[in-house]
Amino acid sequence: MFSLMAHQKIVVTGIGAFTPLGVNATDTWNNLLAGKSGARTIEKDYVAELDLPVTFAAQVVQNPDEILERVEVKRLDPSSQYALIAGREAFADAGSPTVDPGRLAVDWATGIGGIWTLVNAWEDLRQKGPRRVMPMTVPMLMPNGPAAAVGMDLHARAGIRTVVSACASSTESIVNAVEHLRAGYADVIIAGGSEAAVHPLPLASFAAMQALSKRNDDPTRASRPYDVDRDGFVLGEGAAALVLETEEHALARGARIYAEVIGGAVTSDAYHITAPDPEGSAAARAMKTAIEIGGAALTDVVHINAHATSTPVGDIAEYNALKRVFGDHLKNIAVTATKGATGHLLGGAGAIEALFTVMALHTRTVPPTINLDNQDPEIVLDVVTSPRQLPEGSLVAISNSFGFGGHNAVAAFRSYP
Amino acid sequence: MALSTEEVLSGLAELVNDETGIATDTIALDKSFTDDLDIDSISMMTIVVNAEEKFDVKIPDEDVANLKTVGDAVNYIVKAAG
Repeated sequence: MFSLMAHQKIVVTGIGAFTPLGVNATDTWNNLLAGKSGARTIEKDYVAELDLPVTFAAQVVQNPDEILERVEVKRLDPSSQYALIAGREAFADAGSPTVDPGRLAVDWATGIGGIWTLVNAWEDLRQKGPRRVMPMTVPMLMPNGPAAAVGMDLHARAGIRTVVSACASSTESIVNAVEHLRAGYADVIIAGGSEAAVHPLPLASFAAMQALSKRNDDPTRASRPYDVDRDGFVLGEGAAALVLETEEHALARGARIYAEVIGGAVTSDAYHITAPDPEGSAAARAMKTAIEIGGAALTDVVHINAHATSTPVGDIAEYNALKRVFGDHLKNIAVTATKGATGHLLGGAGAIEALFTVMALHTRTVPPTINLDNQDPEIVLDVVTSPRQLPEGSLVAISNSFGFGGHNAVAAFRSYP
Repeated sequence: MALSTEEVLSGLAELVNDETGIATDTIALDKSFTDDLDIDSISMMTIVVNAEEKFDVKIPDEDVANLKTVGDAVNYIVKAAG
């Protein structure tokens, strides 16, 4: 399929994040290790005005207008603002490499796109007429807006691409970036995802399908993957970015290398539009392929950042897929579900969890799953509940993402060196 | 309601600043929107739409192309509001 694959190592040289746990990757990681939750009550008038059934979410901790230029804020939907913040941080963290713009690309992702812009423009149209619909509406609401914001800022001219595959989106963007690098389309790619959908419409819509936790009186304890009392996911927002490059390019410029991305895979259930296939065969195939395409054995895997959103059905379905892939080896794998702390960033989820997986390998510390008071007896996994040291040696870890539409995306990483 | 040139200039300068970040004191009557202020067509339309609301005037699309300078726009608005 990709004949160059075996020859070209891909490495992570920069990370950036703007999340409910922090305004950058370091704060986000440290707060994750400290067991903090990013969920809190939404302090906006619309909650009471619309009598929303869910009144909390995992929200970013700083207003982007305190970070970005005023004109950037004005011309970008929040989903693009978050992307720009995380993308810039990742590129700076990679040492702001001098790279031919024709060899620099972006693989970004969002689940929903510019929903604030879309709905606000509709309100303007309804209330004030077509003349009051702002000319920037289309570029602000389009789902490729965040990718374009990151790419234009960095003058990336080797392609600015967007994946939209619901909650699998930004793992898929990372998988695509690996493939694009291996195919020789670029030397450096900023890969990631962003979402800014803490908005009454997605809140009402996800609540209508009974997907959200309704633990309104206790937001920080609401996202509880694998716990017997889990009752749905917590809507989150934010962005995360990784700078990926060929090992050759990274070594030539003396870059710090966090970890290697050994492979990735995308499969599809074609089973149900929202429910995961309970057998998990396609999800299992994505994991197996991601690991094997990267030249690793299933038994090399020591850590998994699970998709585990804290829904009753989803956590079990992923567990079934894990059993299918790893069999007896599963008991040796340290599993974590970081959505307990971050909430569910939808199109940004895969990217922030990939970042956590990279940091787990780089620091040899698995971050905890919070709020796991009573593990579901049907889910027999070694779930990490406080930061756990990983052993020395060459270690493999994977990050799983699954999305509405039956999308399965998995990225596999190896410690470096 | 009659508006003075000064009133419209200062109001328009605020709208231009809000859209583009260009300092209000550099926005003078003789400045060209495109050549001096580097304002693209989307920003120009945003400024026009906001000016319509701010000054309670109508600026049809076919007239916008004739507004080359800040002075053109100020004169147009003063006349339209008069």
